[in-house]
Amino acid sequence: MNWIASNLGLIFDLTINHVRLAIIPIILGFLIAVPLGWVASRNRVARTFIITTGSLLYTIPSLPLFVILPVILGTRILDDTNLVVALTIYAVAIMLRSATDAFGSVDRSIIESAKAIGFSRSGRFWRVEFPLAGPVLIAGLRVVSVSTIALVSVGVIIGSENLGYLFQNGKQRGILEEVVVGIVMSLLIALVFDLILVAIGRVLMPWSRAAGVRGKSGDPTDPDPATDSVSTRRVLAPPGAGVR
Amino acid sequence: MNFFLDAIAWILDPANWVPGSQSPLPIGDRLVEHLIYSGVSLVIAMLIALPLGFYIGHTGHGRQFVIGFTGAMRALPTLGLLFFLTMVLRSGLSTTPAVLVGSVVAFVLLAIPSLLAGAYAGLESVSRESIDAARAIGMTEMQILRKVEIPLGLPVIIGGIRSATLQVIATVTIASYVGLGGLGRIISSGIGLNDYTVILGGALLVTVLALSVDGVFALLQRLTRTRGQTSRPLRSVQRNRSDAAVAPIVDERTPA
Repeated sequence: MNWIASNLGLIFDLTINHVRLAIIPIILGFLIAVPLGWVASRNRVARTFIITTGSLLYTIPSLPLFVILPVILGTRILDDTNLVVALTIYAVAIMLRSATDAFGSVDRSIIESAKAIGFSRSGRFWRVEFPLAGPVLIAGLRVVSVSTIALVSVGVIIGSENLGYLFQNGKQRGILEEVVVGIVMSLLIALVFDLILVAIGRVLMPWSRAAGVRGKSGDPTDPDPATDSVSTRRVLAPPGAGVR
Repeated sequence: MNFFLDAIAWILDPANWVPGSQSPLPIGDRLVEHLIYSGVSLVIAMLIALPLGFYIGHTGHGRQFVIGFTGAMRALPTLGLLFFLTMVLRSGLSTTPAVLVGSVVAFVLLAIPSLLAGAYAGLESVSRESIDAARAIGMTEMQILRKVEIPLGLPVIIGGIRSATLQVIATVTIASYVGLGGLGRIISSGIGLNDYTVILGGALLVTVLALSVDGVFALLQRLTRTRGQTSRPLRSVQRNRSDAAVAPIVDERTPA
């Protein structure tokens, strides 16, 4: 415990920087992926293009991506911008699939009903599609959040100051405690972020709790399409959705 | 673009492939190391995860365990795991075996979630009717697994292997920082020497390797698809849309 006691300041600073480096890609990824995912869920050609591009970018391992970006962005190699852009690319790639699924899972008939009762195009998106896609969007965002936080630490290789520094420094000085602190803090940040996202989901979409409960108790291998569509509808349509 | 041309010229320069040249060269040796570490780790991980995944997919037991395990592993920082394992093993072993064993254990651990999820989701993607029909004509549970579930679920199972492979290839790259060989060595020594051509050359090599392996697996998935089955990707197989919110997603490995 000696090392921890004498390095509380360092741990705190690195944690704050770690959070900062993770938050930007998570938010940017969400903002970029949602409109793209909406387009992909509406148009087959766009879907193929967007999903393929996303998964190709996702295939590039992180360290190579970190060091390739400076050529493309014109940044210096030891610049946090490279890390943030790389993490944003991964975040978009993960989030795209979730967003496409999320908007694709909104029942056509609900959209048609919204149209019929006179919602404008943007009204339909903001008041019907977006809220109904919400639970799946949050699920995707949770994956993005967890993997982004874990990945930030690789950035230490290109000089970024985050919890990854504790891994590198701990290894060099042979202090196992330091490495463990880095891992534990990283896991803690991931846990806190996850709890916050779950809480946001519950507050903004009280109906989504029903989805979690049903998903667990429901038989995943239930072959009957009739019960499927009924339960899907129950989950995806909050009471009074689209009938303001 | 000049940087890219320089890096490609560096990769293609025969002098960098001559056996016996100074570390991190020759390129060929680093490539072979990269493939061996990845291959060995994947085989070990598959021996552990596939039977377990088949058990879970066939019986439906332990689904929640897989979801929890996948999520937890996703949160683990790979670099920290690598440093932790090699340092712990270092107390009992000398440096080289500690690095080797520690790294392989880390690769195996990181490969397991995708493999497990692929195996069980593959089996779950098989239509209930096919399984019931197999049972009705008198197949034993083992026969159902081997002759119906695994062949029909193969594209999804291979999808899991594909994700795991990419994860491992990426992590082997990072493992050059605990002293393991492989293509990551080229990048790390380039960073050490502040030689951007070498850094970029190494990065391009890893990227091309990852994309090629990905392409081979995509082809395998296509070839193993059973005729008459829908060719839709795994995700659409999930009959229950609300499941998307809880089910682990096979092709969503954590980038590493």
